[in-house]
Amino acid sequence: MGSKHRGSDPKDCYLFSHTDRRKSAIMTKNCNNAYKLKFAVEEEYPDLSQHNNHMAKVLTKDIYNKLRSKETPSGFTLDDCIQTGVDNPGHPFIMTVGCVAGDEESYEVFKELFDPIISDRHGGYKPTDKHKTDLNFENLKGGDDLDPNYVLSSRVRTGRSIKGFTLPPTNSRGERRAVEKLSIEALNSLDGEFKGKYYPLKDMTDKEQEQLIADHFLFDKPVSPLLLAAGMARDWPDARGIWHNDNKTFLVWVNEEDHLRVISMQKGGNMKEVFKRFCVGLQKIEDVFKKHNHGFMWNEHLGFVLTCPSNLGTGLRGGVHVKLPKLSTHAKFEEILTRLRLQKRGTGGVDTASVGGVFDISNADRLGSSEVQQVQLVVDGVKLMVEMEKKLEKGESIDAMIPAQK
Amino acid sequence: MASSFAKVMSSRTTGLLMASLGAGAVATGYLLNDNAAVVAEQRRKLYPPSADYPDLRKHNNCMAGAMTPAIYAKLRDKITPNNWTLDQCIQTGVDNPGHPFIKTVGMVAGDEESYEVFAEIFDPVIKDRHNGYDPKTMKHPTDLDASKIHSGVFDENYVLSSRVRTGRSIRGLTLPPACSRSERREVERVTVQALAGLKGDLSGHYYSLTEMTEQEQQRLIDDHFLFDKPVSPLLTCAFMARDWPDARGIWHNNEKTFLIWINEEDHTRVISMEKGGNMKRVFERFCRGLKQVEHLIQERGWEFMWNERLGYILTCPSNLGTGLRAGVHVRLPKLSKDPRFGKILDNLRLQKRGTGGVDTAAVGDTFDISNLDRLGKSEVELVQVVVDGVNYLIECEKRLEKGQDIKIPAPIQHFKK
Repeated sequence: MGSKHRGSDPKDCYLFSHTDRRKSAIMTKNCNNAYKLKFAVEEEYPDLSQHNNHMAKVLTKDIYNKLRSKETPSGFTLDDCIQTGVDNPGHPFIMTVGCVAGDEESYEVFKELFDPIISDRHGGYKPTDKHKTDLNFENLKGGDDLDPNYVLSSRVRTGRSIKGFTLPPTNSRGERRAVEKLSIEALNSLDGEFKGKYYPLKDMTDKEQEQLIADHFLFDKPVSPLLLAAGMARDWPDARGIWHNDNKTFLVWVNEEDHLRVISMQKGGNMKEVFKRFCVGLQKIEDVFKKHNHGFMWNEHLGFVLTCPSNLGTGLRGGVHVKLPKLSTHAKFEEILTRLRLQKRGTGGVDTASVGGVFDISNADRLGSSEVQQVQLVVDGVKLMVEMEKKLEKGESIDAMIPAQK
Repeated sequence: MASSFAKVMSSRTTGLLMASLGAGAVATGYLLNDNAAVVAEQRRKLYPPSADYPDLRKHNNCMAGAMTPAIYAKLRDKITPNNWTLDQCIQTGVDNPGHPFIKTVGMVAGDEESYEVFAEIFDPVIKDRHNGYDPKTMKHPTDLDASKIHSGVFDENYVLSSRVRTGRSIRGLTLPPACSRSERREVERVTVQALAGLKGDLSGHYYSLTEMTEQEQQRLIDDHFLFDKPVSPLLTCAFMARDWPDARGIWHNNEKTFLIWINEEDHTRVISMEKGGNMKRVFERFCRGLKQVEHLIQERGWEFMWNERLGYILTCPSNLGTGLRAGVHVRLPKLSKDPRFGKILDNLRLQKRGTGGVDTAAVGDTFDISNLDRLGKSEVELVQVVVDGVNYLIECEKRLEKGQDIKIPAPIQHFKK
């Protein structure tokens, strides 16, 4: 065994023992931080002059200098966090985050970078704030009476990271496979309305693939440069897969952008039922992971820890596809959405346009409010907007209905 | 929920952190431990090489053909002096299974030492790609004396343009898959400084991708000089597009016959070209320019990566040796339709491409004809192969024009074993 190593000199990367013979690599994506520290900060500091993302706004040369010698216990470095933001300057109108976490500890080790980004992205959330988690579906009021003539479908999704494994930007094949193995065990233990089947991307038959595409369940190898530059498509499709229950109302993605993405959905407007299934299913899955001493990554400050800072807190997007042809052309539509703390998307997902007056309406917040609170906003907000739509159909004014800022 | 976690995050005590994570002792042992070797050992126990061995069953590239669990187990935990790993070398080959008909290489070097530290995998890959060249026993000849070329001026009724390209790496700096921003900027500085010292027909100007004006950009596109951010997954999966366009640029001489790409797929790509069929002059300029650039960097204490076994060291094993592709755009309307065309090219050790470059189709009857080989023969030998081969092809074309028959030539021996 190598001798004890105090690691006080940043140039002596603690990952390696002293003698050349015993040098060994930890399986991280980027293991050469100790080597890079030989170079001056001015030379390593990225050129962010053309950039418009959260990371670029926050990362001064001073912060870069302070954090560049640090590594998380698994060897994830500052450069690893920010590579995606350096490679993708961003869009003048869309503000992307521009950095990712490689493991649970990233948010702590690189606090000086993540805290201001989190504050910027999540409405001023402070480093001392506490996030409330509430997955008690019984706390949701109403939500079972959204008019199905307008609300075509309801859906709640979130992500979960498994403790003890590094995240998609940096995990090794061995780790990814271990996450898959645990996930399969957890999911196969489900019964009743949750009973289902796992489809690994690697071994899918053509027939299975066609069915999953027809059901709109299949996820593809990422093409977005935001994800590719963060290293998330490595070794595709190894250890990636889709699980869904026989009823096709509960779906789990394994090893896509997060360890797990969990989705509950159904046609019509019964968000209450969707949310109940979501909460119950999540709890059952978590119990199995906990049994193996690999619970979900969570803490009091950030809630559920996920790869992208934008998904911290609840990681929850609860939404509906709803017909609002008249309301969506009303002058105050955007204002109403903002006040209700909701956002709109086209029915093809983020950044698509609406088709036939049908919009995807979902909660805008993720961190600083609980799951119940966020889904409540969706339920109450959509109910109000459907009533507004009906009023507009009758030629009546909706001015009196416009809500105060929530 | 792990509500004790918040307390732990502020206290940072190793033991508490390990316990609160709720993971097994071995799993968390690797997370925080002052003893680096113990940490590494625990991690290795948790994830032996077999746990990380890539699934290569659907793969058809040189790396997948040579990789075995035994080789992987032996090399997985090794690092080069610049901390580059095996997994980083092969990532591009794991991510890109390849095409059933085109065999890609499937791995890259992160630095000069990669070829040594990971020789167990690089050597068979090199052997596969370079017709049995064995780096353990063979030596690669380097010869940049253009005066040795004979018959190097082609009939311009057939040859439209002539071109020679290669790459050069700056010793002491890591290669595009691995380099940090400061190293890449240093490559740019070293090269641009050297190029500024070129005189006469070689004097020219540098256009940095970050500072280029719109006008300059358009002009470089019109001249077909501008290179774009790589889109090929073969390159992006090998980490070569990081930090684009930082420290990337194009240099060319005023006459537009000598062009250098900086920090694209290699530290430098060097191109000599001109319209018409004077391959000898193109190669003469190529050699002269390369030697002058080498001299200029040596004045400042730098040198190119080169060794006796592998010749010039470049990012992709396919470009080892000379890294040289010498070629012409040549019209062969009759010969290209002859069923013996492919065989003739094979025996002459030439390859055809469309005039848009690799994997493009030919337009009309004009082909890009160049040498197949890179390693095991010198620059002079390879250019002579192209000269002799293209002259032969033109002869065939002329004979076919006159209604005479043509012969498939005897195959050229590749290298002396």
